[in-house]
Amino acid sequence: MSAAKPIANLRTAAEMPTGKLAVWWIIASEIVIFGGLLASYIMYRLAHPEFAVDAAVTNTFIGGFNTLVLLTSSLSAVLAHQAAVENDGKKAARLLLYTAAGAVTFLVVKSIEWTMEISHGYTITASPFWSFYYTAAGLHAAHVIAGAIIMLFVAKDAAKGLELHRVELIGIYWHFVDVVWIFLFPLLYIAK
Amino acid sequence: MAKEHAHAHPVEHAHSAQHSDHAHPNYIKIYWILLALLVVSMIGPEFEIQVVTLITAFGVALVKAYLVVKNFMHLNLEKRYVVYMVSTCLIFMLLFFAAVAPDVMKQEGSGWIKPKVNVPAAAADHGVEAAHGAEQPH
Repeated sequence: MSAAKPIANLRTAAEMPTGKLAVWWIIASEIVIFGGLLASYIMYRLAHPEFAVDAAVTNTFIGGFNTLVLLTSSLSAVLAHQAAVENDGKKAARLLLYTAAGAVTFLVVKSIEWTMEISHGYTITASPFWSFYYTAAGLHAAHVIAGAIIMLFVAKDAAKGLELHRVELIGIYWHFVDVVWIFLFPLLYIAK
Repeated sequence: MAKEHAHAHPVEHAHSAQHSDHAHPNYIKIYWILLALLVVSMIGPEFEIQVVTLITAFGVALVKAYLVVKNFMHLNLEKRYVVYMVSTCLIFMLLFFAAVAPDVMKQEGSGWIKPKVNVPAAAADHGVEAAHGAEQPH
């Protein structure tokens, strides 16, 4: 019986560190959650042309700016991974902090956007479109918040050169959050 | 702290060894391609041609997602079963929605009768009127 603390990256299952396997399982389950939500939206959007009237209200520029922010944060996340592979914990931590800053920027822009929409009467109960809009964007924003918080913990350890494998794990999760937004953007902002 | 370092070193070595067998792609170049595609997806729908909108908005979204999954998430470098795991979830989700879509989307015909939904008059007009209608006290 070993007294050593189990570390996800040292244990393996199915020829893969268990930490990474867990992240991929999370993503597989998230595909069903977000995929289900988006598929529902597409079905209702196709069956109800009047959705276009509400969709025309969303601000494409704000949606595009947030896409730019998430793509940029994905770049810093993958560069952090590259730095971790090269055992440069300080650089990885700094890049993860940039990524977290991207998450904060995204959330600030989103909150300003929602404030404008709600003040004009477009609340979650205003119409089925707005119900989908706030549910999908809200669920996505919750993932952004969770990712940013986890990233700060990972960056704290990475700065000390500890647990560098986690930089890749949070990166994989963050890129998935980016991919979800890549599909939300045309559905909620472009398809008028 | 010393104990943590004792754990950290083998972790780092395992991490480095795991990735030593492949070169990192040019992430900056991929980033610029993604930004160019973002611009295309925003400009395309301005022509207000349905086919162009579908290609530039949704077709480009698929390409962007592919680039991120392949180059940033490195899915192509993972064990093959990870691809199967993720795609199985995606396929079953799509199968489910393909099966229920006829019921959800078709609202007429003897086999597809749905209970009538009472929609307020203002909401029936949609748009801004619907939003203001929802705010009125009942």
